Amino acid sequence: MTNLITIFLSMALINNFILVRFLGLCPFFGVSKKLSNALSMGVAVTLVMFIATVATWIINRYILMPFEVEYMDIVIYILVIASLVQIVEMAIKRTNLTLYNALGIYLPLITTNCAVLGITLINATEAYSLLESIACSLGGGIGFTLVLIMMSGIREKLELADSPRSMKGLPVALLTAMLLGLTFLGFGGMI
Amino acid sequence: MDNALGMSVGVTFVLLGSNIIISAIRKIIPNIVRIPIFIVIIATFVTVVNLVFHAYVPALYESLGIYLPLIVVNCIILGRAEAFASKNPLLHSIADALGISIGFMLALLIIAFLRETLGTGSLSVFGVDLFTLPILGEHPIAVFILPPGAFLLMGLLLALFRRLGVIKDD
Repeated sequence: MTNLITIFLSMALINNFILVRFLGLCPFFGVSKKLSNALSMGVAVTLVMFIATVATWIINRYILMPFEVEYMDIVIYILVIASLVQIVEMAIKRTNLTLYNALGIYLPLITTNCAVLGITLINATEAYSLLESIACSLGGGIGFTLVLIMMSGIREKLELADSPRSMKGLPVALLTAMLLGLTFLGFGGMI
Repeated sequence: MDNALGMSVGVTFVLLGSNIIISAIRKIIPNIVRIPIFIVIIATFVTVVNLVFHAYVPALYESLGIYLPLIVVNCIILGRAEAFASKNPLLHSIADALGISIGFMLALLIIAFLRETLGTGSLSVFGVDLFTLPILGEHPIAVFILPPGAFLLMGLLLALFRRLGVIKDD
């Protein structure tokens, strides 16, 4: 149990996907302009990360390993993630239309989010058990959502600030990410 | 620097390979399933790079870690496949791949150079020490080696390039 909590906290805070590992930067800078979009995106990514982790763990353990074709993992994982995103999209559309409309275009774009492929590859290289993989993926997803929400809150205010013309938009967002990253370094001594 | 060079070589190979294949078979790819086909072709080349790096440069493979397989989801590669290689003849696609790769490599090398010199005060490429700066060598600005340093440098460089007019405002 302590092991699971350690993995969860280390993925969420110490090795944060965005600020420390640079994964999922496209949605981080693309979607973090409005708070409501950031929350939807974070929830969608966390959901897909969780499902993809369970699916790829089963495939890795019961198909790739027995047949000794682990070198095929990149091709298999990306196909699994692409089809999963498609299925999740259809399922959400059938069951909860409000959520589907809220997520909009961000849902299909999760396929090419490096955070999702990243988490499956991390689980494979670390050889985590199913429970450890789930803790890892939830930690990663929640850390991702947390930083996305913090960033969008800051950027909403930043739009109103009077920054130099050449710094407007992306450069000042990158500097904000640096400051957030510095504060997250403080979590390093936690475990 | 080593990592930036290794990464550039990997991306160049994958981009060149996928652009060549996609451009060559662009007329027989059904439009409706083109994205999955592109992704499988790209993933195949990434697997090749992964295995080659693992076999011949294991130290580099270790330090690149999960970023090497993550070339699959590099937006540049799928972007060029969709925007250029699937619509243009073979030679043009090869030229496009080389141009994009050189630009990618330049950006990566500039950032790697600044991060390594400022963050450690010295520069070494593949085990050969090139130089050590007088004051920075003893008191390096360690934050540049840490993740936030990358964000800082990218933000400053982007602002500088905009100021100089190299990159146009959005």
